[in-house]
Amino acid sequence: MSDITATSAGAMSANPSSRFYVSEHHPENGTLLGFWLYLMSDCLIFACLFATYAVLGRNYAGGPTGAELFDLPLVAVNTSLLLLSSITYGFAMLQMQRKGLRNTLIWLAITGLLGAGFIGIELFEFSHLIHEGAGPQRSGFLTAFFSLVGTHGLHVSFGIVWLVTLMFQLRKHGLTPANNRRLMCLSMFWHFLDVVWIGVFTFVYLMGVLP
Amino acid sequence: MSDQHSQDHGHHDTGHAPSTFKGYMTGFVLSVILTAIPFWLVMNHVFASSSTTALVILGFAAVQIVVHMVYFLHMNTKSEGGWTMLALIFTIMIVVIALSGSLWVMYHLNNNMMPGMMPDSAHAIHEMNDMP
Repeated sequence: MSDITATSAGAMSANPSSRFYVSEHHPENGTLLGFWLYLMSDCLIFACLFATYAVLGRNYAGGPTGAELFDLPLVAVNTSLLLLSSITYGFAMLQMQRKGLRNTLIWLAITGLLGAGFIGIELFEFSHLIHEGAGPQRSGFLTAFFSLVGTHGLHVSFGIVWLVTLMFQLRKHGLTPANNRRLMCLSMFWHFLDVVWIGVFTFVYLMGVLP
Repeated sequence: MSDQHSQDHGHHDTGHAPSTFKGYMTGFVLSVILTAIPFWLVMNHVFASSSTTALVILGFAAVQIVVHMVYFLHMNTKSEGGWTMLALIFTIMIVVIALSGSLWVMYHLNNNMMPGMMPDSAHAIHEMNDMP
């Protein structure tokens, strides 16, 4: 017993230099990498929903088809709103780098409004579909459609909540390192949602109306 | 390698390259073009065949995703010592397996479960009889 204690204590004290010292550099702040890993796992959720839509997307069960339901000009407006919100968030990040708190807040507000417009149009589209009797319970196609597009819409809604919260924090504490890090995480989240939307408008809407 | 990395950390404590106005605008203009063309192709029925249109717009989507990754998400092989890129490659692998695997399995399931309803049903039944 005492032998074991002695050896382990000896091993601990013997060479602190080579064995236990890791020379590789570790970033002091792994938040951004961690957040990226979260986004990748979120990507897998969307992959499952896309796979479901790919399998069920043509199972109309005698109900309405994508070609009958989808309003492409409205989808184009929605797509441009989200794309514009991506670039305005980019401008907010540029203002953050220049330490311009006021301009950062202005660009964030514009981004939030564009995002809210996107959600508004999507809710209008959903209520219109449900009103026509094309709710998620109508067919496999509509279930998959509402799950995929609804999950994306939920992500954007939570992004807006995050954005508004961050605006209050910025007003209170200014561009502190912690707030800058939060802005960068939200930037990744926001642009990631735009990437997912590329898949949605191509795969669901554009390919859905093809004969 | 690790020296280079720690020097980068000295300059920006995030390890990310700083964003530029030019980078964002390049990404934005490319995205607008890559979004407008697929909508135009579908809304004006440019190609007679649906499968051609589908393939072309999927190609545009893939290019646009790369554009967003590079110009908006600032993906490169250097950020965070290459770990973001590694995570991305792993995720793409899983996504491709999930998507193509689901489609493959379900397509064959549909074919084999309803042999009488398929145009090539005689062939499908023949294949099924050949199976051990």
